Amino acid sequence: MSVPVNLFPAARGGRASLRMLGPDGQPLARRYYAEKTGKDLDADEVVRGYEIKKDKYVVVTDDELERLEPEKTRDINLTQFVPADSIPPLYFERGYFLTPAAGSTKAYRLLAETMEKNGLAGIATFVMRGKEYLVAIFSERGILRAETMRFPDEIRSPDDVGLPKKKEAPAATVRKFEKLITTKSKKQFSPTKLADKQTDDLLKLVKKKEKQRGSVVRVESEADADHKVIDLVQVLKKSLGGKK
Amino acid sequence: MAARAIWKGQLKVGTTKVPVKLYSAVEDKTVRFHILDDKSKARVKQHMVDPDSGEEVAAEEIQKGYEVEPGKFVILTEEDLEKLAPPASRDIEVVEFVPQDEISQQWYDRPYYLGPDGDEKDYFALVEALNNKKSEGIAHWMMRGKYYAGGLRPVDDYLFLFTLRDAEEVILADQLPKPAGAAPTQKELNMAKQLVEMLQGEFNPKDYKDEYRKRVMEFIERKAKGHAPRLRPVKTKRQAAALDNVLAKSIAALKKEKRAA
Repeated sequence: MSVPVNLFPAARGGRASLRMLGPDGQPLARRYYAEKTGKDLDADEVVRGYEIKKDKYVVVTDDELERLEPEKTRDINLTQFVPADSIPPLYFERGYFLTPAAGSTKAYRLLAETMEKNGLAGIATFVMRGKEYLVAIFSERGILRAETMRFPDEIRSPDDVGLPKKKEAPAATVRKFEKLITTKSKKQFSPTKLADKQTDDLLKLVKKKEKQRGSVVRVESEADADHKVIDLVQVLKKSLGGKK
Repeated sequence: MAARAIWKGQLKVGTTKVPVKLYSAVEDKTVRFHILDDKSKARVKQHMVDPDSGEEVAAEEIQKGYEVEPGKFVILTEEDLEKLAPPASRDIEVVEFVPQDEISQQWYDRPYYLGPDGDEKDYFALVEALNNKKSEGIAHWMMRGKYYAGGLRPVDDYLFLFTLRDAEEVILADQLPKPAGAAPTQKELNMAKQLVEMLQGEFNPKDYKDEYRKRVMEFIERKAKGHAPRLRPVKTKRQAAALDNVLAKSIAALKKEKRAA
């Protein structure tokens, strides 16, 4: 079963990223250069190499990589449905909202409703930026969300890590922890409790310094299109086409 | 070969402290490339330059700025940043417990194993207690000068600590409108249910392999030996057919497969 969809990240970037600036406050750019000559290299003067043994590289071109890619499609190809709570969280990497692509609204709604009603997640493969991803698709409030998954050989076992074999724990100690858990238990997860104080403090300091002379630099903003702040929620709302 | 611990700390649950070692639970196997100078085929270096003049800016001259609006930066000095760093601590403070699966997968970022560091009794007792109570701990800690929040979960006989994303980063489905369009008909719902049931099974991770990674590695190995295979250009596929047809075809195809099996 396949349904064409559009894909949007389900998470925004961090809120405290700092830019590197020059002595006059001009935003800097990271550039490649050749160590021997010290000369900067443009994008067309560099190639991609795989280190096959020390200091020996196999050059792989964009064209070659593109030709190794799986068939390009914007469809999610659902191969299996499993109980939504049966996939260990260890597998999940990154979330993306899926919105109906042209002409697929009906199929999309049907799939979302059927999955949600039956408590199922879909397992699918999906091609994105030239990479094949294994994804689990969840349906929540009629909206499909794909979580990209790690492949099983990327997950370490306790043996791989070298963890000790399980030891029998004294019953009294287990009971002590159970009591502690009971007294500190909440029914619901409240993310506000996790507020990152370090970031809060940084943003507070930024606000304070914004009013101080000598702490603020203004530079001509390069073509704003590059740095346009995109409101992801607005974009998603538009793409879902629902009521505002 | 046993993995090396990334960090050592102690789980603080109430007044009890359980010493633990932290290990990455995953190993990224994406094929990694280096950037090479096309002329010399040597690895390139990176530096920061002023994009207007092209001049290199030395590390000691670089300032850090927070962009409050496009083109307007507030400078944060090294001193500022040092003051912001909270005091170092080895405590992974467990602040509360919630039922397992209460936290949506969307919060989880990276998984780590926690292994016992010395005393194993408390460690395995905590695993057992969390399993018995079907609980997940919510914790926070400082690691290498950075704040982390995490979910403490038992998986089988061991503890996992999942780093959690910041509340400002996660977009949840209840912030979004329901998709537009007509609701599916009962007939369609029945057909879809039939189709889904035919594809229903258990999640079996061993069924999935990264075929693309395998293809890239095979290609690299052959190219290293001097005979790169010719690759055909990829086709782009896009299908959009009437939903009824798609459903009916899918069901028919699956029935055929099942009969053949």
